[in-house]
Amino acid sequence: MNILYDERVDGALPKVDKTALLAELRERLPDLDILHQEEDLKPYECDGLSAYRTTPMLVVLPERVEQVEQLLKLCHEHQVPVVARGAGTGLSGGALPLEQGILLVMARFNRILEVNPSGRFARVQPGVRNLAISQAAAPFDLYYAPDPSSQIACSIGGNVAENAGGVHCLKYGLTVHNLLKVDILTVEGERLTLGSDALDSPGFDLLALFTGSEGMLGVITEVTVKLLPKPQVAKVLLAAFDSVEKAGRAVGDIIAAGIIPGGLEMMDNLAIRAAEDFIHAGYPVDAEAILLCELDGVEADVHDDCERVRQVLETAGATEVRLARDEAERVRFWAGRKNAFPAVGRISPDYYCMDGTIPRRELPGVLRGITELSAEYGLRVANVFHAGDGNMHPLILFDANQPGELERAEALGGKILELCVAVGGSITGEHGVGREKINQMCAQFNADELTLFHGVKAAFDATGLLNPGKNIPTLHRCAEFGAMHVHHGQMPFPELERF
Amino acid sequence: MSQTSFDASARLLEQVNDAIAQRKPLRIQGGGSKSHLGRVLTGELLDTREHRGIVTYDPTELVVTVRTGTPLAELEQTLDEQGQLLACEPPHLGTDATVGGMVAAGLSGPRRPWAGSVRDFVLGTRVITGQGKHLRFGGEVMKNVAGYDLSRLMAGSFGCLGVVTEVSLKVLPKPRAVANLRLELDLSQALQKLAQWGQQPLPISAACHDGEYLHLRLEGGEGSVAAARDRLGCETIGLDFWEDLREQRLSFFSDKRPLWRVSLPNNTPPLLLPGAQLVDWGGAQRWLKSEAPAEDIRSVVSHAGGHATCYETCDSPFQPLPAALMRYHRQLKAQLDPHGIFNPGRMYAEI
Ligand SMILES: Cc1cc2nc3c(=O)[nH]c(=O)nc-3n(C[C@H](O)[C@H](O)[C@@H](O)COP(=O)(O)OP(=O)(O)OC[C@H]3O[C@@H](n4cnc5c(N)ncnc54)[C@H](O)[C@@H]3O)c2cc1C
Ligand SMILES: Cc1cc2nc3c(=O)[nH]c(=O)nc-3n(C[C@H](O)[C@H](O)[C@H](O)COP(=O)(O)OP(=O)(O)OC[C@H]3O[C@@H](n4cnc5c(N)ncnc54)[C@H](O)[C@@H]3O)c2cc1C
Repeated sequence: MNILYDERVDGALPKVDKTALLAELRERLPDLDILHQEEDLKPYECDGLSAYRTTPMLVVLPERVEQVEQLLKLCHEHQVPVVARGAGTGLSGGALPLEQGILLVMARFNRILEVNPSGRFARVQPGVRNLAISQAAAPFDLYYAPDPSSQIACSIGGNVAENAGGVHCLKYGLTVHNLLKVDILTVEGERLTLGSDALDSPGFDLLALFTGSEGMLGVITEVTVKLLPKPQVAKVLLAAFDSVEKAGRAVGDIIAAGIIPGGLEMMDNLAIRAAEDFIHAGYPVDAEAILLCELDGVEADVHDDCERVRQVLETAGATEVRLARDEAERVRFWAGRKNAFPAVGRISPDYYCMDGTIPRRELPGVLRGITELSAEYGLRVANVFHAGDGNMHPLILFDANQPGELERAEALGGKILELCVAVGGSITGEHGVGREKINQMCAQFNADELTLFHGVKAAFDATGLLNPGKNIPTLHRCAEFGAMHVHHGQMPFPELERF
Repeated sequence: MSQTSFDASARLLEQVNDAIAQRKPLRIQGGGSKSHLGRVLTGELLDTREHRGIVTYDPTELVVTVRTGTPLAELEQTLDEQGQLLACEPPHLGTDATVGGMVAAGLSGPRRPWAGSVRDFVLGTRVITGQGKHLRFGGEVMKNVAGYDLSRLMAGSFGCLGVVTEVSLKVLPKPRAVANLRLELDLSQALQKLAQWGQQPLPISAACHDGEYLHLRLEGGEGSVAAARDRLGCETIGLDFWEDLREQRLSFFSDKRPLWRVSLPNNTPPLLLPGAQLVDWGGAQRWLKSEAPAEDIRSVVSHAGGHATCYETCDSPFQPLPAALMRYHRQLKAQLDPHGIFNPGRMYAEI
């Protein structure tokens, strides 16, 4: 199943004359850094989803908003497609370039413009790394809460575009909950401010609409984020279980006890073993599943909650519950989890990371379903996930050098996502649709819903020049590749021509 | 309280399709409790109140899905029985408020700066669109980034983008301990203190200065609330204050001059405006009773980085938008409501 841009099903793209465009860019934007030679373009041909590559026509590396503004105006005038890119850590091919388009790299917008402790906000350029914000706020005992595992590398612009989340999300929310304001440039090169320095602003909530829109509605040029006071203490409990089901149920029990952990993560046996071999976190390698439950806040409350959670876990059938003795052990417990992906990378030549969400109560059933699918497709699956918010990251292990394995891994991944949708979940909790899950969008949404999404896109970008082919599939694509279900013997989109 | 459940979405859809066919605008109304907000509407009444009841509620998922005609009080009672709440503390402004009106008006109560706004708790919606379709966006899961976030867009859109028929909301456990304090401080001292405290992990969940006193609510575990109360060391008072504030029942609100809601960056110093002021949200929301012309109020407020909404019948209750932003509002409205049938003009004449 090839997901590279296919004009037949994704829509025709404007034809651009590279030489003429390059000449005009140089003339109109003499101080803009432009890459145009094959060897310079290579490093940009994919993002974190490296299985798919397209060499962009041109790569531009602006440093000032005026350059981006002029570039977008020029591209709009000449109908040149533009794909924005932050740090390129996206795992769904959101920043996958187009052969006939410009890749607009925002990485040089890397300045922290203001850290305002009394207003509890920071104003930053979009290329600033997620972790750099918390580092800049640390002298004031403040931090930026959303913490994607890629936080040392990913950009805040990319976080806004993907509505990124992390371990802290259950308690502190996603990117959308931690933003005050974004400045954007529309595809026409028009400057807009969405949100404000106040907690709300007049009109429709375009800030919410824009968050997670995957670079389809405009280019982010500045972001104002909320900062929170650092919790006084954080403690972590590790619980081992002899069955994945029991661990899954324990998650619900903790919530039912009225406790919202700062982080609640689960790993299955394959992931535990891989992480332990790699990090030596001290995990119990015989356990079928472990839960890591972090409680943070004010000392007295954390102490009480640790006792409550310990009781809940024991009642839920944990074979062992450990409280990290000190900060060093707490960090080690987390290091195992945070390095689970690379750890799995060591036990398999390749792996494919999925990102589905489900209602928590469906956890045991979905894990069983994954085990069955894993056997059916003959590929191992390691499970690592944000258990507290039902965001699963099944890692499908395969070997790209074995003919057919990549395709099998993709097919298995697609089935897992459809299983998530079937139990009321979503095909993506944080990594986005991008190009990777474009076909699964047809399983989660019907033709009318997809049509309305295209309407939203058209309200901001009528000619579809920004990141074409991402996020929302065309109905043609769904008719051909989509996982649409045949209902009462009726083919979906009977009105569309077949290929 | 009578808890009835009835799915009237087929009827609502039919009424919308009739309106589309005849190109006749609709005036969407829940309990009518917020009818003083926004511009005056004409149009045929679309009453949501028949469409009511909780569709699913699983406390361990922290999610409730509810039909929008359901009385807000009924939803809150159901949550309360399970030890949970709507953390955004939506104002009812009367006994008839519905869940749909709460979402469409997007108003949040005193806990808002610490817990989040109505839109922050919206996970999914079902919406009747301007194409006469009944569609589903978002869902019942905490994280969902598939497609555009139309659910959160519906919050605060005052029914101008579609009829919301169902909404899934994130709910939270009620805090284990609560304490209410009062300190005698003038406004600028209070704002300074709040800026300091805001940088510390204190369990503050509401802060209002009434001109004389700074009222604080502490919420959290027993330990943290007790420790903070000792540290801040002040008079403890009853809890009614916060509900009276949220419902605009404090004596401040009985002043006959027009009521304005001013939204500001939280560290804005005391703002010089003609009339009486009440400061909520730790400084980020200021209520103003004033007869000053709208332009004067808005120019002071805009200068400070905020905006002002008039809670009275007037031509422009919501702060006017910059021209470029208005253009995208119109384009969005044209896509979602191409025949202009949903509350046209309620927010702005142009949409
Ligand atoms: C100043 C003024 C005076 C008015 N006077 C009268 C009057 O005297 N008599 C009269 O009949 N009407 C009057 N109206 C019109 C009418 O009361 C409101 O416009 C009506 O929409 C209010 O219901 P409500 O929204 O307040 O109910 P609420 O339930 O409080 O709803 C608040 C907002 O949410 C929207 N809404 C509610 N439910 C949904 C839903 N499910 N989906 C989408 N949007 C929803 C409403 O349209 C409204 O914008 C007046 C309006 C104004 C502005
Ligand atoms: C090891 C690893 C772990 C990860 N863990 C997490 C996790 O825990 N949670 C999570 O949410 N994600 C995670 N991710 C995914 C990824 O890091 C996030 O999606 C991140 O937000 C992407 O940021 P970026 O700057 O790298 O964006 P890119 O990959 O460069 O771009 C991503 C999307 O954003 C758009 N975009 C980027 N910058 C702009 C801009 N300035 N204006 C408009 N659009 C823009 C692009 O067009 C593209 O659609 C992980 C990735 C890796 C490799």
